[in-house]
Amino acid sequence: MKNKTRHDSPLCLALKGLRQNRLAMIACGVLLMLYLGAIFAGFLSPYSYRDEDRNFSYCPPTPVRIFDGQGRLRWPFVYGREMSFDAQHKRIYEIKEQERYPLRLFVRGEPYRILGLVPCSRHLFGVDSPGRIYLWGSDSRGRDLFSRILYGARISLSIGLLGVMISFSIGLLVGGIAGFYGGRIDNILMRVCEMFMMVPGFYLLLALRSVVPPDFNSVQVYFSIVVILSFIGWAGLARIIRGMCLSLRQREFVLAARAMGLSDLEVIVKHILPHTVSYSIIAIMLSIPGYILAESALSLIGLGIQDPFASWGNLLSEAMGIVQITFAPWILLPGMFILVTVMCFNILGDALRDWLDPTLKMERQS
Amino acid sequence: MFRYCLKRLLISIPLLLGMALLTFLLMQKTTGSFYDQLKMDPLISPETIDRYIRLYQLDKPLLTQFLLWVRNLFRLEFGYSFYYNVPVVKIIAGRLGNTFILSFASFLLTWLVAIPLGICAALHRNRMIDRVIQMLSYVGLSTPSFLSAMLLLYLASRTGLLPLGGMHSARYEDMTALGRFLDLLRHLAIPAAALSIRSVGALQRIMRGNMLETLRQQYVLTARAKGLPESRVVYVHALRNAINPLITLLGYEFSALLSGAALVEIICNWPGLGTLMLTAVRSKDIYLVMASFMMGGVLFLVGNLFADILLARLDPRIRYEK
Repeated sequence: MKNKTRHDSPLCLALKGLRQNRLAMIACGVLLMLYLGAIFAGFLSPYSYRDEDRNFSYCPPTPVRIFDGQGRLRWPFVYGREMSFDAQHKRIYEIKEQERYPLRLFVRGEPYRILGLVPCSRHLFGVDSPGRIYLWGSDSRGRDLFSRILYGARISLSIGLLGVMISFSIGLLVGGIAGFYGGRIDNILMRVCEMFMMVPGFYLLLALRSVVPPDFNSVQVYFSIVVILSFIGWAGLARIIRGMCLSLRQREFVLAARAMGLSDLEVIVKHILPHTVSYSIIAIMLSIPGYILAESALSLIGLGIQDPFASWGNLLSEAMGIVQITFAPWILLPGMFILVTVMCFNILGDALRDWLDPTLKMERQS
Repeated sequence: MFRYCLKRLLISIPLLLGMALLTFLLMQKTTGSFYDQLKMDPLISPETIDRYIRLYQLDKPLLTQFLLWVRNLFRLEFGYSFYYNVPVVKIIAGRLGNTFILSFASFLLTWLVAIPLGICAALHRNRMIDRVIQMLSYVGLSTPSFLSAMLLLYLASRTGLLPLGGMHSARYEDMTALGRFLDLLRHLAIPAAALSIRSVGALQRIMRGNMLETLRQQYVLTARAKGLPESRVVYVHALRNAINPLITLLGYEFSALLSGAALVEIICNWPGLGTLMLTAVRSKDIYLVMASFMMGGVLFLVGNLFADILLARLDPRIRYEK
């Protein structure tokens, strides 16, 4: 009985809607895997992000084999490899059939911390040195791309969430205040918004990034990028929230709340903004890709996350030269991860919009 | 309408100046300047550097410097580039032209591909071909332009069909006019396609939606009922009305392209505004940064204004004045 009269919260509705959309469920699953991969990067990756071996520069992916040279079935292993240069100074990797490195599970390797707390040195898989396993190839310094993509996911995936959180707090607050008070405050705030929206995003990004001192350490750079991205992103949202608030502030429940003596800020945060939640959820989903892309773009041109730290954009910056793309196409892999992540967020956002926004849905059906 | 445009333009002036002040302070307040790098060079005497700093009035207080810059702005002088040692206008003009060529090409490509795709998808709604197009445009929509540029470059390097970056071949000077044009087209192909992939996905979806909606209208039914051939119904009666709202997107799209082209320019080595901005920001060439920043802003504004005017022209329901 109780359940029947209960009103579902927008989040609840969203989850219900998602369950009916197969594509969105797949996207959800993929994202979950990516985020889990990022969280447990230390355990899943055979090497740390800065573990390099210059003898294996641009080593192509090493396939894991189960048949040896004589065609006998073996425990999965990889062959040893040796690098040499041909007449055109092109790297060639020769497989040494006599060197076999069996795949070992739960091997001891470089120490790391699970969830940043529990120290541990076991890795899911690995091979005995001097052999090295490069599932997805290696970069110019012989660092394992698979490990670096996992570690890079930490930065690339978290920057979207953090950035969205900051810019949405600003956007909601500014939009709420402008819409609630109207008049001159509204006018000034909206002009400021326009100023931010008017300037081409990428140029603004460049200009702002030039502000960050070059001697920042990586954590500081990371946070300054988050701040820069949210600094650019809040204006569009603020305008839309303001429009919603303008109509909401005339409603009875707002009057009631004010009559009860709540402060203006309390009315805005507790009574008006909750009404914009379903729109905000959609907007959040659809704007996360923007943050991921912007971070990648910055790191790609060398203004974002710096080596040896990895982010997907930073990893992709090795692919800036045509020579590298031609001879080591596997360094484009981080780009594929960006693509898949962006696509998943887009699919999720679309599915949520279909579900939460009944007007759009009716338009589609009619 | 004229008054509305005037008002929009007048409002944008303080906005632009505010943005410029912000950029200026940000660039100046941070550690290091262009001349710090030169000071390390033993070949350049400190006196020379001092002379330049005085020449460009970099020793004055910040606000004075900015006001000087604004004053010069109204005299249509945009300052000197420290790096190239010529007026910034000269550098930007050339680069802007290149960015314009690239944006225009990609714009043309987007529309030529997206519109037929959208129509095709709408006519075969929910059939195999529609599904394939929708899936592809989802992928296209999610592909960042820098990734498509890299993938296309990889393909080009594998097949050897297209030049890998740059704008002209080495033998450009010896070519005939037609040869030059073809050479430019060949160089344009990769960056333009890379820029288009994303917008084709978006535009195709809008076109499909519009077309589906128009096909449901009563006048389409009338046209069919009076026995017009299907091709005439679709391409004359429905298409015209479906494409109308899209035209208003034109201006917005173009201004977005101008700023979106920067990354692809950098990857494909296209000598445009984006590449210029990047080097200018890196070397702290303040006036060059400010001027290209202003240029980008103005173009963006004009594009948006143009779009709004077009919108009002085409749609009588929209009025900007009371």
